[in-house]
Amino acid sequence: MAELTALRLIGLSKCFGSVIANDNVSLTLAKGEVLALLGENGAGKTTLMNMLFGHYLPDAGRVEVADETGTLHPLPLGHPQAALAAGVGMVHQHFALAENINALDNITLGSEPLLALKRDRRSARAKIEGIIERSGLSAPLNVPVGRLSVGERQRVEILKALYRDARILVLDEPTAVLTPQEADTLFENIKAMTKDGLSVIFISHKLREVLAFSDRIAVLRHGKKVGEMATAEADEKAIARMMVGADTPKVARRDMAPGMPILKLSNVSVGGRSQRDRLKGVNLTVHAHEILGVAGISGNGQSGLANVISGLAQPEGGSLSVNDTLVTRPGPGAMVRAGVGRIPEDRHHEGIVGAMSVAENMVIERLDDPAIQSRGLLKRDAIQANAEKLAKAYDVRGPGVTAPSRLLSGGNIQKLILARVFERGPRLILANQPTRGLDMGAAAEVGRRLLEARARGAGVVLISEDLDEILGLADRVVVIRDGNLVEAGSHDREKIGLMMAGEPA
Amino acid sequence: MMDLLNILLSDSFWAASLRIATPLIFGVLGALICERAGVLNLGIEGIFVVGAMCGWMAVWLGAGLWGGVLFAALAGAFFGLLHAILTVPLGLSQHVSGLGITLFATSVSYYTYRTALPNVSSPPRIEPFQALDIPVLSDLPFLGPVLFQQTALTWLALLMVGLVWYVMNRTALGVAIKAVGDNPDSVDAQGLSVYGLRMGAIVAGSALMALGGAFLTMSAFDAFFFGMVNGRGWVCIALVIFASWRPGKALLGALLFGAFDALQVRLQTEMGALVPGQVFLMAPYILSIIALVIAARSADYPRALLTPWFKGQR
Repeated sequence: MAELTALRLIGLSKCFGSVIANDNVSLTLAKGEVLALLGENGAGKTTLMNMLFGHYLPDAGRVEVADETGTLHPLPLGHPQAALAAGVGMVHQHFALAENINALDNITLGSEPLLALKRDRRSARAKIEGIIERSGLSAPLNVPVGRLSVGERQRVEILKALYRDARILVLDEPTAVLTPQEADTLFENIKAMTKDGLSVIFISHKLREVLAFSDRIAVLRHGKKVGEMATAEADEKAIARMMVGADTPKVARRDMAPGMPILKLSNVSVGGRSQRDRLKGVNLTVHAHEILGVAGISGNGQSGLANVISGLAQPEGGSLSVNDTLVTRPGPGAMVRAGVGRIPEDRHHEGIVGAMSVAENMVIERLDDPAIQSRGLLKRDAIQANAEKLAKAYDVRGPGVTAPSRLLSGGNIQKLILARVFERGPRLILANQPTRGLDMGAAAEVGRRLLEARARGAGVVLISEDLDEILGLADRVVVIRDGNLVEAGSHDREKIGLMMAGEPA
Repeated sequence: MMDLLNILLSDSFWAASLRIATPLIFGVLGALICERAGVLNLGIEGIFVVGAMCGWMAVWLGAGLWGGVLFAALAGAFFGLLHAILTVPLGLSQHVSGLGITLFATSVSYYTYRTALPNVSSPPRIEPFQALDIPVLSDLPFLGPVLFQQTALTWLALLMVGLVWYVMNRTALGVAIKAVGDNPDSVDAQGLSVYGLRMGAIVAGSALMALGGAFLTMSAFDAFFFGMVNGRGWVCIALVIFASWRPGKALLGALLFGAFDALQVRLQTEMGALVPGQVFLMAPYILSIIALVIAARSADYPRALLTPWFKGQR
């Protein structure tokens, strides 16, 4: 293929306050090429793409985009409208879709004159259907987007870009919310479209899909481009080293015989307004020395399961016992006393009280402990000493233990929660999406702590959308789908993926 | 019981219901447009007062009735613009700004009125809109008095229901307004201006609210006096939830409230000897609260309502 250049980023830099998000980054994208942009959280990948698309104005640097004839033109920066007009389409990690209007309206939004009295929906529909046919990306067009599945919404996002005649497509972590099969289909569709001259940049954390589907890889670290290579010449280890700047110790996992049952759910049902909260007669046993991985596509009852185990939801039917003791009145307090430690999914809102200090958050689950309070008065010195000890042991970094906890970064908030949970020596640990949004170093730390608890004799329920994480840590895997739990019986990625999608394996 | 039936079957009752509903129709539509774009406009009560005062004063100064309507709308748009600047690009609390606009607009109206007319004891009157007397149609039994002997402003209100419905459901502008009230990022990512859409919606919605006030001084009554708006703006804020942000249901809600109000006046004369009049006066409000409790349980709020959006913060 003749190497026509589709896009050039030249010396882009961007600071947010004193934080350098991008430092003199240059990239070239060839026509029809799939470039994977890799890096840890906070490495500056999304910032770079947001500058390309005009959401952010760079402090320095410029962008050149090729027109249909292949001639490069400078792109006016800071205007999404200009990027769209130049043929750059972006699919955001957090979908930018209005849920109260249908897919057709979301796709055509902004491409029609606002003050026209009539809309030409028929030709818009014809154009979209043509694109669907060519790309294989299908989605219902007439249903409010709020009722579509995550995979469908993502396809609507891509259709949005293609409808605007995008020649360069930017995808920010496109597979974070998809099943492995959906992800593979997505990339196959994208590959097919590159044959027609589409150029693609995609951001990902998942080395597997990067190696399988990209032509070239660029790695960012701390806002700088630290490496670039053809995918054919790349290997997993080299990329990982480039991303973190050092070898990450692979989490060592020893085989262990499961002990006595710690948590037993018998035929537990939970109602709820949405599918994500509902459980339909679930049976589950977690033993000591065991990590149970719960795999599934988001919104299939994971919240319901987590809420039952942490006592936030009352089961409508069935029974729940911890350590062979029936929990008659489930509630958050009862579960904490029964020895359940909770690592919540939404650590910012459910894990900490942002306005309270780091030290206070560290004792928030043991306020009845005489070491912390006497006759209702808090022992400030003890709380302070406890916080300083834990911050050191768990490497919680930030502006100090007396600062409000909301000032901590996501990774450090998670370490705070780990410290609080593990210090109580829980018999059962509920870890719901414990590494979501964490970089590789912090994620490895979470894995290490969970394995440590397992070695100590605790049982762990690990709910995650990241199948690689589950396969790496869990002794046993169950799949959650539509409020039901099914034993996977193996660590076979293909089989589990099919079960997640609800197809007979 | 017979009395109630007689009231419900009389054309004068239904004509009164529609008349009482007219300012509410303007107000609910105005609030609906603002909230669809994601901004609560609690300035509505004050904007009603401004519309009532400005419309009346323009006519009193010789601008003509339609001149008064136009002036009232412009005055409403001005206060809407103030709310828009405070809440959209500056992102201030929509509650605080809206209540501030209500206090400010009400006081400014009274102040202007007092300054212009320092020494009058009885409010000067204007010649208000007269009932349209459409030949043939006005003489129809029942429908004639109910529909075809209303004033031009009532017809304008009904026309506006259709117009707002059309814009919201059939034009690209309406789709964009609904989208910006649900997820501003969706609008921004498609290259449209979030600020422009939101501010435009607030200004247009506020102009409609002012027409509701203008109806009071230029059609329902013929003069401006203190306290005449009397909470109608707040009723509209409640009705827009009852209407689930849909123009057709907004009309229904306003008519329902109008009917309750017309009914209580008639019941007061019929049964005033038995029950204190205040019971009937509060009946429409109590019934609205009950209707709201039922309707609001399933209300599907615009997701971005009350949430400010800033460019470049994703």
